[in-house]
Amino acid sequence: MSKSIEAAKEAIKKNCNPIKISDDFNQLQIFISANQILDVVDFIKNDEACEFRQITDIAGVDFPERTKRFDVIYHFLSFKHNIRLRIKITVSETETISSITSIFPAANWFEREAFDMYGIQFKDHPDLRRILTDYGFEGYPLRKDFPLSGNVEIRYDEIDKKIIHEPVNLQQDFRSFDIQSPWERTNYLKEDKKNNE
Amino acid sequence: MSSSKTVTVNFGPVHPAAHGVLRLILDLDGEIVERADPHIGLLHRGTEKLIEHKTYLQALPYFDRLDYVAPMNQEHAFALAIEKLLNVEVPERGQYIRVLFAEIGRLLSHLLNVTTTAMDVGAMTPITWGFDEREKLLDFYEEVSGSRFHAAYFRAGGVHQDLPDGLTDKIFDFCNNFPKALDDIESLLTENRIFKQRNVNIGIVSKEDAVDRGFSGFVLRACGVSWDLRKSQPYDCYDKLDFKIPVGSNGDCYDRYLCQIDEMRESIKIMLQCLDKMPTGEVINRDSKIAAPKRMDMKNSMESIIHHFKFFTEGFHVPEGEIYTAVEAPKGEFGVYLIADGTSRPYRCKIRAPGFAHLQAFDLLSKGHLLADVPAILGSIAIVFGEVDR
Repeated sequence: MSKSIEAAKEAIKKNCNPIKISDDFNQLQIFISANQILDVVDFIKNDEACEFRQITDIAGVDFPERTKRFDVIYHFLSFKHNIRLRIKITVSETETISSITSIFPAANWFEREAFDMYGIQFKDHPDLRRILTDYGFEGYPLRKDFPLSGNVEIRYDEIDKKIIHEPVNLQQDFRSFDIQSPWERTNYLKEDKKNNE
Repeated sequence: MSSSKTVTVNFGPVHPAAHGVLRLILDLDGEIVERADPHIGLLHRGTEKLIEHKTYLQALPYFDRLDYVAPMNQEHAFALAIEKLLNVEVPERGQYIRVLFAEIGRLLSHLLNVTTTAMDVGAMTPITWGFDEREKLLDFYEEVSGSRFHAAYFRAGGVHQDLPDGLTDKIFDFCNNFPKALDDIESLLTENRIFKQRNVNIGIVSKEDAVDRGFSGFVLRACGVSWDLRKSQPYDCYDKLDFKIPVGSNGDCYDRYLCQIDEMRESIKIMLQCLDKMPTGEVINRDSKIAAPKRMDMKNSMESIIHHFKFFTEGFHVPEGEIYTAVEAPKGEFGVYLIADGTSRPYRCKIRAPGFAHLQAFDLLSKGHLLADVPAILGSIAIVFGEVDR
């Protein structure tokens, strides 16, 4: 298995000009910039040393403290060489990223999901609608600044005979405990330390 | 007379053949499906968001609620991801127990799916026989974990508890009797004229399309691609077991049915080997502080009580890193992409459900078929909304 990883690594290094390439836990991972995506994806699908013919997944990740806050992470699988590849791209809230549905049709719903959950915009996507959330939903639920309880709750009104959306009203406040060890990672100690410095 | 005019039909979200809460928008020309647009998300519970707010131990039960037809197979992927990040070994007995119950999960899923699909195309009896067998399997689930469905039995580092006395004998008896029950179900379906008319050459997918559309599991194998993660990227003790991968040729509903039936027979073989080879010893890795201390130790040792308290409040820390692990769940490749930031809670946990990719290709599968074939195709790709919507 590791031999084919080496071969694929060499081929990608030579042809794709990645920002960074690594293979922690025997999983090949490359960082590229957003404008490279179509070329790189086309290359890894067709190159002999790669042949990543199937897209397994697209995941978004939110890092709100960064200026380019989102990571878009693609997972590919090569049946021939029995290896996986992870491609990472960093984008900001306003940037768009090219859709890869023309090369991998299965990316369609995965991209829709990333759009739905994070608001990441995919250029030239044939049908960029929300997918998992309700019709008319507002906000991007998997962003770190979206509250766990959501913003609206719905109920059926027996008198008006219709569904009503209203702001969430919790009978008991959501309790998030600072469970980290006091001698290691507790947030208030970390802040104290920062202030003293 | 009239030129072709399409009619739009809403299929679901509350429809017995929709296998849950699928809303399908179908454009029909007469009875022919011209376009199918699945609207999903009616069972979306925000699992990934919830997991980010829980410790690794608390996050585990959410995996039971994804593909609720075969709960333990999902836990398996999550447990493996944590183990890889922590770099801990699973004791051999723990590995065999996990594989044993992963295969029970496969039987649970295939039994439900084959028989309900048969009911969708008009066969009433298989479901009663299949669910009888399922009930026996769920009893095994209950004996090891205390609950029939939401087991929370696989943990990082092994399984929660050892098998109770006498369970292996019961599973052994089941394995000896099950092939007969499967033969009975097959005698009603495999050569049944009506069943074949409803399934053969329906929903054909070519090899290339199957790979392009992200298919996995038996749906991919029915198209003629011999690919099974248990063989190609073995986890736990699958590499020590002897079993075959059933592969189809046509990629139609009937081949998908046959693949599931054959897989069940292979699962029985795997289970018997597990029972045969299972060593004695620990079932969970107790060295790395990822398992709760034993009750008896807590009676005698203060350290154990502290450890117990910390384990269930703070949880264990997973070092920074990211990993993608996949298991061959009954429905296909179930993957977990886990980002750990060094605390006791996952930073991000992306769940890759096989049904999501299969349902995505529904338009391709159903185009040109009759409206009556829609339930047959839907049943043949084993959609469970717990995992599609997450």
